Amino acid sequence: MSEAPGAAVLPRLLRGVSFRGTAQLDRHLDLHGPLPTARELDGPALIDLAERAALRGRGGAGFPAAIKMRAVTASRGHAIVVANGCESEPMSAKDALLLHELPHLVLDGAALAARAVGADQVIVAYETQNADTRISLEHALKQRRAAGTDSVRFELFPAAERFLTGQETSLVSQINGGPAIPSFIPPRPTQRGVRRRPTLIQNVETLSHLALIARHGAEWYRQIGTDSEPGSTLVTVLGAVRDPGVYEIECGTALDALLSAAGGGREQIGGLLIGGYFGSWLPAAAVHQIELSHAALAARDASLGCGVLVALPESCCPVAETVRVAIYLATETANQCGPCVHGSAAIARTLHALGSGRAAPSAFADLRRYTAAVTARGACHLPDGLARFVTTALRTFAAEFDDHASGGPCDACAAPPLLTIPAPVPQRA
Amino acid sequence: MTKIRVNPIRCEAHGLCAELFPEWIRLDEWGYPLINPEPIPRALEAHARRAADACPTLALLLEKD
Repeated sequence: MSEAPGAAVLPRLLRGVSFRGTAQLDRHLDLHGPLPTARELDGPALIDLAERAALRGRGGAGFPAAIKMRAVTASRGHAIVVANGCESEPMSAKDALLLHELPHLVLDGAALAARAVGADQVIVAYETQNADTRISLEHALKQRRAAGTDSVRFELFPAAERFLTGQETSLVSQINGGPAIPSFIPPRPTQRGVRRRPTLIQNVETLSHLALIARHGAEWYRQIGTDSEPGSTLVTVLGAVRDPGVYEIECGTALDALLSAAGGGREQIGGLLIGGYFGSWLPAAAVHQIELSHAALAARDASLGCGVLVALPESCCPVAETVRVAIYLATETANQCGPCVHGSAAIARTLHALGSGRAAPSAFADLRRYTAAVTARGACHLPDGLARFVTTALRTFAAEFDDHASGGPCDACAAPPLLTIPAPVPQRA
Repeated sequence: MTKIRVNPIRCEAHGLCAELFPEWIRLDEWGYPLINPEPIPRALEAHARRAADACPTLALLLEKD
């Protein structure tokens, strides 16, 4: 196994992962040491620390954590913290891994976030399909209560298994007893969220980084990574590699170095999906040009999202994979915003017709029109993600889409899907 | 500076806004408003106000910077 750049000092977050299973409190403390007390590191100092570390959210949008924390402290009312463990990206595994294997790292970070914004309560939201997660979290909380670790109160929240579950306003709605659907902004959750209180929602990986930054400092965090995006990040590597799974990489790592670290190509790569179902398709040739940072990917009209990287094997049909995911995303619409309701369905319908060779001659032009029509027109970014997924697929696999449009399904279309779609679940009221 | 924005959750595509404020709003193929994101010139602010007031679902917001 070759090493990715920065590997000498990594893993940081994943140091506690072992074959012995979930990291217990004593082993966690042996590895990382105790958290600084509130006297050693108070709330404002913590926010300054997050700012100096340039810590960005790891849920997908990459928003600076310190700015979000300050927005909460600037709002009137008693703040509350939500540790967001609902990645909702069907192929991402990092949040579930953290909650299950390293719950104390997440809980440390959540307690610190509460200290930063002056909250005395933390809600840990997790996805219900991961049954082990609750057991692991409950056990970890019991250990912390026995040791008197925390001054904040923890609450567990099992969230619906929908694509929009982890979206911030949707998560707030669920915790408040409503359905898993986004709401219009303003108000932002930082102004008025859970129980109408100013709410800090941070991804569980972001919180885990905070737990280490508080212990070791911003300079330590910045020893690896790029200037604008220091530190390490978790990615889920899938597809044509020998060792798929969750990896911790230095921000800015070259994609080909990461794929080598993941055991290298199992077979020829036909294309790359960067950023999961909210991400972008890029041609296989780009594998040697991609740096995994928000800045470098933005220049290629892509984003790291929540860190899902798929090397699509040449034996998979990119058209069939794209059509399946597009239909899935279209069915996950919250059915609230007109352009998304109509546009997402039109995109899925047209793509499906293209893939099966039954599309109207205007199909490609129609898709360009529909994808433009849904972009930035919803209360959430689901339609934008769908549009980007489809637009970059049409660009990257233009020849394959042309072949399907004229000749119908290819031999590989019937192969088992690589990009997984969660089984349908009954919609909550 | 005033801008006009739609709450897409509230909007039900009645389309009055595009009739009352065609300088700034047109409708997409499903009848939902496409709004010019630029600041509205002072001379047209009355039209913007009229469109927002007429919306049956109160989905249009005038935002002042």
